[in-house]
Order: sequence, then C-alpha cells, then structure tokens
Amino acid sequence: MASSTEHYQVSAAPVQVNNVSAWYGQTQALSKVSLTVQEKDFLGIIGPNGGGKSTLLKAILGLIIPGEGSIRLFGEHPRKTRFQVGYVPQINRLDRNFPINVQDLVLLGKLPRKAAFFHRFSRRDRDEVLELLEKTGLLELKYRQISQLSGGEFQKALIARALAVKPRLLVLDEPTASVDARSREQIFNLLKELNQIMTILLVTHDLSAISSHVTSLACLNGSLFYHGIPELSETVIGEMYGCPVDLLAHGIPHRVLRSHEREGG
Amino acid sequence: MLSSLLHYQFLQHAVIAGLLASVICGIMGVMITEKKIVMMSGGIAHTAYGGIGLGYFLEFEPIWGAFFISITAALIMGYMQRRSQGSPDMLIGLFWSAGMALGIVFITFTPGYPPDITSYLFGNILAVRRADIIIMAILTVAVILAVAALFNQWKAYLFDEEFTYMRGINVAFLDYLLLVLVAISVVILIRVVGIILVLALFTAPSVIARMFASDFKKIMQIATLIGAGFCFFGLWISYELNLASGASIVLLSAVVCLLASAVRHLTKA
Repeated sequence: MASSTEHYQVSAAPVQVNNVSAWYGQTQALSKVSLTVQEKDFLGIIGPNGGGKSTLLKAILGLIIPGEGSIRLFGEHPRKTRFQVGYVPQINRLDRNFPINVQDLVLLGKLPRKAAFFHRFSRRDRDEVLELLEKTGLLELKYRQISQLSGGEFQKALIARALAVKPRLLVLDEPTASVDARSREQIFNLLKELNQIMTILLVTHDLSAISSHVTSLACLNGSLFYHGIPELSETVIGEMYGCPVDLLAHGIPHRVLRSHEREGG
Repeated sequence: MLSSLLHYQFLQHAVIAGLLASVICGIMGVMITEKKIVMMSGGIAHTAYGGIGLGYFLEFEPIWGAFFISITAALIMGYMQRRSQGSPDMLIGLFWSAGMALGIVFITFTPGYPPDITSYLFGNILAVRRADIIIMAILTVAVILAVAALFNQWKAYLFDEEFTYMRGINVAFLDYLLLVLVAISVVILIRVVGIILVLALFTAPSVIARMFASDFKKIMQIATLIGAGFCFFGLWISYELNLASGASIVLLSAVVCLLASAVRHLTKA
C-alpha cells in the first residue's frame, strides 16, 4: 500500500485543478476551472484584474480552500505537499521596511519544515544561499537591507528565496509587475534556464513576455477561456477581456499580439 | 535617589521590575511593531482589566485573573481574526471596551469597599512586591524562551506569513502563540505602567531602536536598553517630582520617541 502511494506521488502531475469554483461572499471568483500542469511545463496564467488569477493561485497553493472541486499538488492535498513549492509572492504585498538583509532573506527559504527549536542555519545552507545569490546576480548586494533594493533586485531576491527551498514547482505571482525592463529580461532568462529542471507556474499581466517565454498558456476570467500552447487569437482575447484588444491593459499594444500570432503561426 | 536605593527595598524591587519590563518591551515590542498588531495588543491589554475585576470578585490574586482572562481573550481574538480574514479593527474595539466593562461589573459586585484599582490601570512600580517580582521573572523567562526557541521561524513569519506557510511551518500556531505572548507581556507590564499605558512601552523603545539598527536581534537588544533607560529615568523623575511612576515612564518614552523621530526627519531632509 505504502509503495503504491509512493509510486503515485512520483508519477502525479505537479498541479491538477479539477472543476474548482470559489466564491468571495456572494461574488463568484472562479467557475468550474479545470487545469493540469505537467512536469517541466512553463505555464503562464493571464487574465484581467478580478478574473480570479490570484484566487486560483491561492487555491493551488492551499492558502484558500475552494468552495467546490479539488486541487492536487503532486497528487496530494496541497497541505501535504506544499513544501515542494517555491513560492514567489507579489513584491508589493510585502513590507519592504522589514529589517532584514538580502542574504538573511534568502536563507529563510532554508527553514526546516519540521519543528526545530533553537534552529541555526548550517554552513551548507549558507553556501547554497551564496550560490543562489551568485546565480541571481545579487552576490554583491548580500549585506544590503531589502529596503535599499530596487524593485528588480527585490524580485530576484524573492526568487532566490524560493529556489533555496529546492522546489519541484516554482510559482510566481506577477514577477515583472514593478520591475525595470533589464531586470525583467534577466528574470525571464533565469526562468527559462530553471525550466530545464523544474516546473514553473506564472501569473502575469505581461502579455508580451508570456508570448515569447512560456510553453503553455491559460486565460482566466472567472472561468478558463483557453488552455494550451501560447498562441492567442484575437477572438479568445476579446472574449476573455470582453473589450477591444488594444484596451486590454498595461500598455501592451494591439500589434504585439498580432505579430506574436504571426510568429506562432 | 541612588542612596535611597541601597536602603529601601521597595526601590530595589522597582528597579528589578523595571529591568524585567524593559526586556519584555525590547523583545515583544519589536515583534508587535513588525507584525503591526499594536492595537490588537491594546485590545488584549484592556481585556486584562476584566481579569483584575474577576480576581477581586472571586477573591484571588487579581494578577492571575488578568493572566487567564487576557490569554483567553487573545486566543478568542486570534480565532475570530483567522476566521474573518478582514481588518481586525472592529474586533479590537469590541474586546477593548467589553474587557473594561467586565472589570467594572465584577468590581461593582465585589462586596465591601471598592478596591483601589488605579495601580492596575496606570501602574505603580513603587508598589511592586517580592511576589510580583517572582511572577514577572518567571513569565519573562517564558517569553524569552518562546521567542528564542523559534527565532528563525518568527523572523520568517513576521516578514512573510504565506511563504512561511508554504515552507510547511504551522503558521496558525505562531499566530496564536504571538497573541498569547502579548497577553503574558501585558501581565508582566501591568505592575510597572498599567493596562492603559502599556502600549507606549511596546512601541517607543522599538521605534527608536529601529533607527539605530537593521538587524532583528540587534533591534531587540537596543530596544531593551532603551526601555531600561525609560524605566529607570522615569522612575527617577517620579521619585524626585513625586509623580505617578507609570505616567512618568510613559511620558518620558513618548517625548523621547517623538524627539528622536523629529531629529531623524530633520537630519534626513
């Protein structure tokens, strides 16, 4: 029995969302969403504000329990397998004035999940953190307070913290929302590299980045409008946002989508 | 005052109580301000008054009443806050005044002359007895252990609850434990500054310490030293000018904190 469940764990898809509906009071945030993320996928979830992106993300992470349907993380209830996820929250959700430097922040990803009294980080933990700082280009900033970082640097520090977990699945919530163009490119290059060894799930507004980097795409506005290879037709976008495509937010002009369509086709 | 310190036991007790109080404001003040639960702590503190009243009514040591009622209130508030997920504002307001009202009702029902409860409201460090010191010391050690034993977990939790949860750590437990530690801290500080004035000692030392250090542990250490300074000089002022000790300590803390903020603001600009 034990061996068969272990086998199941190994083969189970990183994320399985089955018919999930969720409500905030009377408002329905998600309606019958089903979605599977396979091993080594790089899934981008896009959709308008209030389209349920963060609700879906929180449900996948087990931070909220959906009203209907079920979520499986590596074939188990998220509560059991959540420690295998490297979570990168939105940077504006966090207090940048918190007294901690970059190195200590990343070290928090090395916290043991079993109750450990008087825990101290080992030499090995610290060495691994230095490697991650090197990888994310933050090594020179390791003693800098997080309040002194730029948006891009802080975002990279949070990615490094998530990687310190040694995750099988990396989940990022709007990783390029308040980040300069250069950092944005660096972040996407890093994610591409990481995708060789881990599954990535990304929630974003950033349509142009999505088109060139992810391997699959989900469009969410209450319910799932599209799920498949990253190729968006204007019809899907129009349906999903319910508005003309060039209004669809955050300075992504009409033609970006079109030219992408040509690339995809 | 220094020569009297050698002769009068009540002054010696006052100094020891002040030192214990400053350790608590140093450690818990930083936790409370970083988690932004200053008002939640105020709510918990005021429910302690209900416990004081219960102690008088049922004729047991009022400080134990404060201990049990404030811990119970902290757990209930923690539970309701976790359930509602919204802003804790209304919850705090309700418990704040209900706790006070409960105390008043109990004291009214207590037979005989109404007891003098001002020392619980505003503190009287000069009235600290040996038994109080022992209780304070035991509770202070308990708080230090609870914070030190989970120090890295606390740091992660205070900065980013969701990430800490994802790490597999029991965040709900930390939520409740933090509020219980606040309740215990209130009980420790009641003798020194009283229920009503407790918030100043939770905030002022850590706000000032934050200006001098950016490492979590260092901020706690500096806040403890600053708290000790406030307690000692506040006590001295109250002794020399014959003022209420709790009020002197709190006013001194508030004035120094405001001056420090002003100086920092001016030097930065």
